[in-house]
Amino acid sequence: MKSFARYGQVFATFARNSLVRDMSFRANFIIETISVVSWIVMNLGFYELIFQYTDTLGYNTGWGKYQFFIFFATTTLISGIVEAFFMYNAEEFSELIRTGNLDFALLKPMDTQFLVSLQRIDWSSLSSAAIGVILLVVSLWRLDAAGELSLTLLQVALYPIYVLSGVAIFYSLMIAMAATSVWLGRNQSLQQFWFYITIFARYPEEIYTGPAGTPKKWLGWGLRGVFTFIIPVLVAVNVPARMMAMPFSDQHWKIVLFAIAATAFSLWLSRQVFKMALSSYRSASS
Amino acid sequence: MHAKALTWWTILRICLEERLVYRGDFALGTLMRFLPIITQIFLWGSIFTAVKGDIAGYNYHDFIAYYLLSMVGRAFSSMPGLASGISRDIRDGTVKKFLIQPIDMVGFLFLMRVAHKLVYYGVALAPFALVFYLCRGFFPPMPDGATIAAFVLSLVMAFMLGYFLEAAIGLYGFWFLEINSLMWIYMLFNFFFSGHMFPLDMLPPPFSYIVQLQPLQYLAYFPAAVWLGKIEGAALRQGLWLELFWVIFFFLLCRFAYSRGVRRYSGFGG
Repeated sequence: MKSFARYGQVFATFARNSLVRDMSFRANFIIETISVVSWIVMNLGFYELIFQYTDTLGYNTGWGKYQFFIFFATTTLISGIVEAFFMYNAEEFSELIRTGNLDFALLKPMDTQFLVSLQRIDWSSLSSAAIGVILLVVSLWRLDAAGELSLTLLQVALYPIYVLSGVAIFYSLMIAMAATSVWLGRNQSLQQFWFYITIFARYPEEIYTGPAGTPKKWLGWGLRGVFTFIIPVLVAVNVPARMMAMPFSDQHWKIVLFAIAATAFSLWLSRQVFKMALSSYRSASS
Repeated sequence: MHAKALTWWTILRICLEERLVYRGDFALGTLMRFLPIITQIFLWGSIFTAVKGDIAGYNYHDFIAYYLLSMVGRAFSSMPGLASGISRDIRDGTVKKFLIQPIDMVGFLFLMRVAHKLVYYGVALAPFALVFYLCRGFFPPMPDGATIAAFVLSLVMAFMLGYFLEAAIGLYGFWFLEINSLMWIYMLFNFFFSGHMFPLDMLPPPFSYIVQLQPLQYLAYFPAAVWLGKIEGAALRQGLWLELFWVIFFFLLCRFAYSRGVRRYSGFGG
């Protein structure tokens, strides 16, 4: 319990330091926030445009305009949290390995993974999470106004849990990928790779296996399978988004249960990869 | 004249050799860049199960063909690292070497880009051919010779436009040492207004006219729309003239920024 409080204290210090740092380059912070916001607004504009031409994203999928906006809000919220807390640190972790500065983290009387993962918080990315929440509330309100909203208390309670599980899945993937720099020497394409993998998580899983008339069936099922069971990024956003956007009876409960297992397994596996990476770490020079 | 041509030829050759060092990385990177196309195929496939007819004149196959063709446009117009490279050279003083040598910086970097692109096409041809072959079913029948000529012309100008536009942003570094945040905003607008995200003529009326005047459309949307036969006849001629106008505009802007910038610049140390 005592150590738990200590970790909390260290985290608070990290958060405070990052904020001080961000605030010393205020113009930069503002511009970064503006670009984060404009990126979201542009995406929203694109989706708005699509829904000018159609009422649902795919025949009979249930993803109407505001249902899909809930999905997009969830994507924004989860990726905002991941980018704010872990993106910079994961990149920095690769750098620490390459330069040998990881030594300093290893020497400290704390869990190395904790130290490496949370050292710096990118406060401007949190604006993305904030917009996600706003968009979520607005979409729910619009759905309610249209009389299409049916939420149970259980769904509302499960939503934040599954958002966190999505964050955990993304985090595991990210830290495991960063840890591979121990073997590769350098991992500069982390961000690029990240972008290409998460691109599969940005749309409802139904698009991969729609009804007849859509692209190659085997490819769709293959992708859906791989990104559900092997790299579970499809679960990360789909489960919480569906929890909020669709009625209780339309939930895929098997996948909902599976998501918990997938989260636990991802975290466990990334921890193993991290430990393995540390044991293969051979500092750099002296 | 001969000596000058020899100088530029040598520069081009050096740049070519330098570029070929990383060919494996290149090919893999190019192939990875097609990954988002897979989501696009499924996304639009899904959308078109609920839509009767077409969207803004595009049917499902047109959309996929559009995204693939816009990748070709971007292969010509995108200049990774150009603006940030120029501003870094200004910041750390590397720009001095252009001031003391009888070589023009903007011209030198232009040739370097030509070399870069030549190597890139050489290496990227295989992944491009593979993806286009796999997706051949999405394409309409080959357009006529005149359309193909206009397509090629628009691509060549897209390269020049992309170059001078980004170089102009990089030369901004003479005034503001750090241009990273500016680059970020430019990239955002580029993604949206070049038509990389969706065909620009999908936008509703007042906007669809505005976007067809701005220069970014030529970086991806215009060549793709030309190939697909969305822009024809008088509109095509006007479009190409406007593209030429923007190329000249940014070329002059570069010259102006460079000459003014060099006058402002002060180098210290050895």
